[in-house]
Amino acid sequence: MSDRMSTATTTPARNTKVMNRFDLTSRLVARLKNEEAVIGGIGNTNFDLWAAGHRPQNFYMLGSMGLAFPIALGVALAQPTRRVFALEGDGSLLMQLGCLSTIATLAPKNLTMIVMDNGVYQITGAQPTPAATVADVVAIATGCGLANSAWAADEEDFERLVDQSLSASRPTLIAVRIDDKPGVGATRRDPVQIRERFMLGLGVRQAL
Amino acid sequence: MAAADGQNLPQSFQEKAWHEVVLQTLKRNEIRLVPYVPDRVLTTLIKNIHADPFFTTFPTAREEEAVGIVSGAWMGGMRGAVLMQTSGFATLANVLASLAIPYQIPLIMFVSERGTLGEFNYGQSLVCRTMRPVLNSLAMEHHTTTRLDEFEFIVDRSIKQAITTQAPVALILSPLLTGGKAFEK
Repeated sequence: MSDRMSTATTTPARNTKVMNRFDLTSRLVARLKNEEAVIGGIGNTNFDLWAAGHRPQNFYMLGSMGLAFPIALGVALAQPTRRVFALEGDGSLLMQLGCLSTIATLAPKNLTMIVMDNGVYQITGAQPTPAATVADVVAIATGCGLANSAWAADEEDFERLVDQSLSASRPTLIAVRIDDKPGVGATRRDPVQIRERFMLGLGVRQAL
Repeated sequence: MAAADGQNLPQSFQEKAWHEVVLQTLKRNEIRLVPYVPDRVLTTLIKNIHADPFFTTFPTAREEEAVGIVSGAWMGGMRGAVLMQTSGFATLANVLASLAIPYQIPLIMFVSERGTLGEFNYGQSLVCRTMRPVLNSLAMEHHTTTRLDEFEFIVDRSIKQAITTQAPVALILSPLLTGGKAFEK
């Protein structure tokens, strides 16, 4: 038991490779060719989105832990012809598991949820989450009604799942096991600019 | 109550129920997205919004989830409003302070007021007392609506102010307006 507790990222039951958040985020961004919206969850998730290269269609959360998927759902409902991605940590998702069934009920086909699962609250000192050694994100999502949910086995599988989701007919959830490295960048904490630039990027507003 | 007898009032003020005022004012202001966590007092409003194809409406598991959804939708060009009861508002301090206010999002909230004027659940009466202090501490616009003859004016103007000033607003639906939820035994 002590073994399992101390190595949350190497739970033996899973055959998924332990990958890196920044690498995966960079791979995702490189595949976005059609001004897809990307919502970055609190902390490392949006730090790595920022570090992967700012895009006008990126939104960075500076609080409201757990709301990356609900915010992305709102964007997806407002702009049904635009593909929308949301990046969320496993600890953040645990705060708002109820949103998975809401999304399953509304079933927006243009929404792809990516869960970066390292089993720890990296940013607060890498304490294990309450789910770290026992829960399976994909099983939770499937149980909530998101049938199109899968673990990415490795980087190539992640890219395949991302590509599939770009033409999916129902919402997609991709879970990835990641290491406990911190984010490599630091988002500029200017919420009004973040919001305004995102709205410009989505074509909702024109620049002053 | 002279105003309610009202020769001076437009016909519309005299005949509509409060929930009809909400529905029509949302429509007039192009507010299509209405996620909610239900409340007994909101039952008819929720039913009528579901029945009207103008609206996209659905329940969420938590109030802050609904706040996230309408915030994302607004940034994507679709206006929304959230329906909840007092105890639900009490879960929102973090999302108000970290999303709606700093990002300047015109979050429109209708809060059915439990906890006063005949409350029978002690917990509801306690949590109700946290609502206005939270709103005041964040310097948020809020109105407690008690009269049908003022209601359309308050709702319509508050929605327009929220949107033009890019600031949240809470419209508290008092039992004086709605009848509230009465103790039945």
